[in-house]
Amino acid sequence: MSISLTTQDTATIAVRSLSKDFGRIKALADVSLVIGKGELFGLLGPNGAGKTTLISILSTILPPSRGEALVCGWNVATQQEAVRRSIGVVFQDPSLDTELTGEENLDFHGRLYGLDTLTRRNRVNEVLALVDLEERRHDLVNTYSGGMRRRLEIARGLMHQPQVLFLDEPTLGLDPQTRRRIWNYIRSLKDSFGMTIILTTHYMEEADQLCSRIAIIDSGVIVGLGSPDELKSTLGGDVLELAVTRPTEEFVQSLRSHPSVRSVLLQNGSLMLTVDDGESFLPRTFDLAHDMGIRISGVSVRKPNLEDVFIKMTGREIRDEGIKEPRERMRIYRWGMRK
Amino acid sequence: MNLFFGTVYTLWLREVKRFMRNKSRLIGSMAMPALFLVVLGSGFSGVFRYQSDVSYVEFIGPGIVAMSLLFSSMFGGLNVLWDKQFGFLKEILVAPVSRTGIMAGKTLGTVTTSMVKAGVFLVALLALRLVRPDPAGVLMSLIFMFLISASFTSLGIAFASQMKDPHGFQLIMNFLIMPVFFLSGALFPLDGQPQWLTLLTHLNPLTYGVDGMRYALGASHAFSPTLSMGALVLFWACATVVGTVLFGRMAA
Repeated sequence: MSISLTTQDTATIAVRSLSKDFGRIKALADVSLVIGKGELFGLLGPNGAGKTTLISILSTILPPSRGEALVCGWNVATQQEAVRRSIGVVFQDPSLDTELTGEENLDFHGRLYGLDTLTRRNRVNEVLALVDLEERRHDLVNTYSGGMRRRLEIARGLMHQPQVLFLDEPTLGLDPQTRRRIWNYIRSLKDSFGMTIILTTHYMEEADQLCSRIAIIDSGVIVGLGSPDELKSTLGGDVLELAVTRPTEEFVQSLRSHPSVRSVLLQNGSLMLTVDDGESFLPRTFDLAHDMGIRISGVSVRKPNLEDVFIKMTGREIRDEGIKEPRERMRIYRWGMRK
Repeated sequence: MNLFFGTVYTLWLREVKRFMRNKSRLIGSMAMPALFLVVLGSGFSGVFRYQSDVSYVEFIGPGIVAMSLLFSSMFGGLNVLWDKQFGFLKEILVAPVSRTGIMAGKTLGTVTTSMVKAGVFLVALLALRLVRPDPAGVLMSLIFMFLISASFTSLGIAFASQMKDPHGFQLIMNFLIMPVFFLSGALFPLDGQPQWLTLLTHLNPLTYGVDGMRYALGASHAFSPTLSMGALVLFWACATVVGTVLFGRMAA
């Protein structure tokens, strides 16, 4: 194997210059990544960023176009069966047999992974207890709610006690209460089994609350990598949001030229500034606005969150699912450039 | 090797469990062959003069068993597409098991359920004395039933692996299943037909299944049992190879 990562022996996942093309679309472009044992690693990005493609390659469902990826030391392209044996996957889309009961789905899974009868029985009980589905074990899955199905899928992914667990959008479309419960399960998996967990999400707070490290993906490229705190600290001190009726180019320029301002972005009629010290800088903005005859109708000072990091790295909000109007996109790009 | 049989058994068990659970689907799948047997059987009994001592309902009996096998086997194979639609195929394909094992288990499961359904018709035919085989004939008819079912299940899986979603079912039904059934000699005698029809029936693998069933069940038949068995085994081997190769390449 030609991989030259020094961490190869300790890395649970090593991805090197991985690319995936679908025709002319580049789903992943030259992605490199090392994930250590026991990490709870998050892939954060908007829909269509390439998160699921990366998970699909790592779980041997899709072959890579170029580059290579190792999972537990096994090559995903050439040693598929060994990779499959060491991973568990919870897919984004439902993948249960709804005409079987919850217990039968788990039992089926255990059989596929070659567990004997006694082990299967014990594991079924364990994982059902973990996701609180013991009472519904004999019911057909088509009578389960969305949240229960999701929990059953997570339970199934744990049946064979994989070294690595992939969770693709584990809380997509779930209510806040169920989401928090699933977060707790995920945390307990990491704490009690030392499992390496890779989850994808487009929920900022999910990545922030759960993950020890995050890779921000946009258009198939990793644009940011680090712990949530590290990523946020790249923005510096505070985020200042100003609601301004009609911001002029001159006003934005003068803000940008101020030494304590790191970046200025126009977002839906309000200005987003990252500054070293928000509270002391706030009066200056009012002075500037007053001098230029500009009215500030609202203001907020807060610590940066991952959303801000994402906006800074990509120039747009993660919630944007469609492609922006070209003009608007250009404007944000222009105004968002570092000084 | 142990793991291979484990996979086969697991997939087989799933088919059988789902089959036993879904009574309405079972009854639904038996309605059409029953309709053919009862309505065609009585409707044509007056005008059918093939052999003076054979009534039409006696004549089509073995063909209706084959029809039941053809329908449930093809649809069993095509059901792979529903697994794809509902995502369950991913669960199977990401497991550390061979595609050949999955294919074999799925096929054996469908063969089991198809043979149970067709077996109900066979028992009915025996009970009504519409067929009068000796015990060896019953055993032989089971072998023919297995070959018919296994071949068309593999063919169904082969087609499923080339299709994207279950919307093409209707196409397969109209352009494959129905022609194969009508051109099999299940409903009419093979001899004394126009040349084009004879050519088509002789090219149809199900023809040999139906004729073999006729022989095994002690009814009048056109080919030697060796020819029927040989042709069917050949078709079974081809369908299995094609199905296994295409399913092996199927993307999740």
